Amino acid sequence: MDAPAVEVRGLTKRYGEVEAVRGIDLEVARGETFGFLGPNGAGKSTTINILCTLVEPTGGTAAVAGLDVVADRAAVRRRIGLVFQEPTLDGPMSGEQNLRFHGELYGVDRRTAAARREEVLRTVGLWERRADPVSTYSGGMRRRLEIARGLLHSPQVLFLDEPTIGLDPQTRASIWNYLARLGEAEEIALASGATGRGVTVFVTTHYMDEAENCDRIAIMNEGRIVALDTPEALKAQVGADRVVVGTDDDEAALVVIRREFGLEAAVHEGAVTVSVPKGAEFVPRLFAALTADGVGVRSVAVTRPSLDDVFLAHTGTTLRDAEASRGPSMHPMAMRMRGR
Amino acid sequence: MTQLEDPRALRVEAVRVPQSGLVTEARAASVVWQREMIRFGKDRARILSSLAQPLLFLFVLGSGLGSLLSSAGGRSGGVALPTFLFPGVLAISVLFTAAFSGISIVWDREFGFLREMLVAPVSTTSILVGKAVGGATVATLQCVLLLALAGLVGVPYDPLMFLELLCLIFLMAFMICALGLMLAARLKQVQTAMPMVQLIITPLMFLSGALFPLGNLPTWLTILTHVNPMTYAVEPLRHVVFDRLDVSAADRARFDPGISWGSFAVPTWLEIVLTVVFSVLLLGLAVTRFRRTD
Repeated sequence: MDAPAVEVRGLTKRYGEVEAVRGIDLEVARGETFGFLGPNGAGKSTTINILCTLVEPTGGTAAVAGLDVVADRAAVRRRIGLVFQEPTLDGPMSGEQNLRFHGELYGVDRRTAAARREEVLRTVGLWERRADPVSTYSGGMRRRLEIARGLLHSPQVLFLDEPTIGLDPQTRASIWNYLARLGEAEEIALASGATGRGVTVFVTTHYMDEAENCDRIAIMNEGRIVALDTPEALKAQVGADRVVVGTDDDEAALVVIRREFGLEAAVHEGAVTVSVPKGAEFVPRLFAALTADGVGVRSVAVTRPSLDDVFLAHTGTTLRDAEASRGPSMHPMAMRMRGR
Repeated sequence: MTQLEDPRALRVEAVRVPQSGLVTEARAASVVWQREMIRFGKDRARILSSLAQPLLFLFVLGSGLGSLLSSAGGRSGGVALPTFLFPGVLAISVLFTAAFSGISIVWDREFGFLREMLVAPVSTTSILVGKAVGGATVATLQCVLLLALAGLVGVPYDPLMFLELLCLIFLMAFMICALGLMLAARLKQVQTAMPMVQLIITPLMFLSGALFPLGNLPTWLTILTHVNPMTYAVEPLRHVVFDRLDVSAADRARFDPGISWGSFAVPTWLEIVLTVVFSVLLLGLAVTRFRRTD
């Protein structure tokens, strides 16, 4: 019951000469929203496919909802929801027909199936369009329908492989808004003492900004996990936040900062700039110190390192460069064009 | 932006996915079948266009060749060519409709829906059985329209004959659909499906005895027809129809000689058994091939 949602030990996957996954360890708690990041070709999709029982590992073990993905394949499949990179809907059927098909395929109890369909369709805002053929849906609507379908059989873990690829920024934001609310729903349930029917969300993406929405993230590069922690902690590891303060007397401020905190501040573009590990916690103390010395504070800004900086720190390259060097052929859209 | 509902709503209904079992497998096969029915109902153009070819065979080829035979002094005896062709044309209609239904799984792959079916916690067998029974149902339904024309070619409206024909047609359609699925298992692109029909399905039609009686053929042609599974599905159809025709024994022997392995005349029941065996084999092969590719 209290087994982690996902537990991976020494996982490897080799395709001929290519080692797609080179020994990874991973644990995802129930109810967590876990982001799996990295450039295309880093091994994210291979890993998620192993967890979804679609690909067998070469070595190591992987368990989902406490069940081994190789030995208990069917049992794992019943407990997971899947949203793939490429669309898997039936265009001629309506949104609700697609869900009904899924419910029957997964053997969902017929007495509750209709209510459940309504529930998930309403949650993704597609209830009004349920009777229309999916071929008339926009890209974002199709993605939302696939998420609804992934949740239809109340999985313990919802796997999403690049759910926002090919979508415009606004639609991406709405998909994440929805995924984030799944997490909220989880907290509400736990707070109200409901049995922990936890939806764990395991999502891969190569958009760093999207990963900010996750509880924890793992960064994968060339088959290995190079970093694993909360987005905050990862950014804190990379380096300091930059606190930029506009004061009445910059020279006095520099003296105060040196005396009170032992830090070397500098004046850049008419503002006092200082690097500290936790900028947000530093600001109140800085205020107190400056005010005590009679230095007036006009403005303050804290700039945090981005996950792009994190990626750079761990791999020595930016995400964009990492993708460019792999060439266009690794891009999923291009793979699809080649009729993969 | 779309209004999102209260996330709490998501937790109201707990849906449990039961253990695997025969019931779950049957439900999966049944919903795959239902989807084929939904698609059939939406595709009226396909129903009408698939009728064109059998009608051309029956009336144009039947009448055209029939007049050639009689003007050449050939004796067509008590059996007009369209009457003789009727069961064969039923078989050809089934062959193309069912093969298309089977091969159409390539479209499911192309549009990704095959993946939704194959990752479900049910066996590949259930999915393909649903698909094959669906294709067989569609092919049988289309044949009903052709059967209604029986009177125009001198075949009597005998209810029992129609029942027997429908059962045989369904069985044959299932076999051909399983063949289509087996062929489509490795196809990744829709474009490669059409050559498949030309290379495999069309020869099956010509080598099945649908268009000519199987007696007195050259040895090479006899061998080819005997290794064609389709032959054993066509012959019972003709047998059932000729049972209801008022023809002399000599004409029956000429137009409906049946299948003979050397001197052994293959009885109809054995032909039916063979069709069942081929169906199971082809479906089994299809399942193995799908398991390996996805």
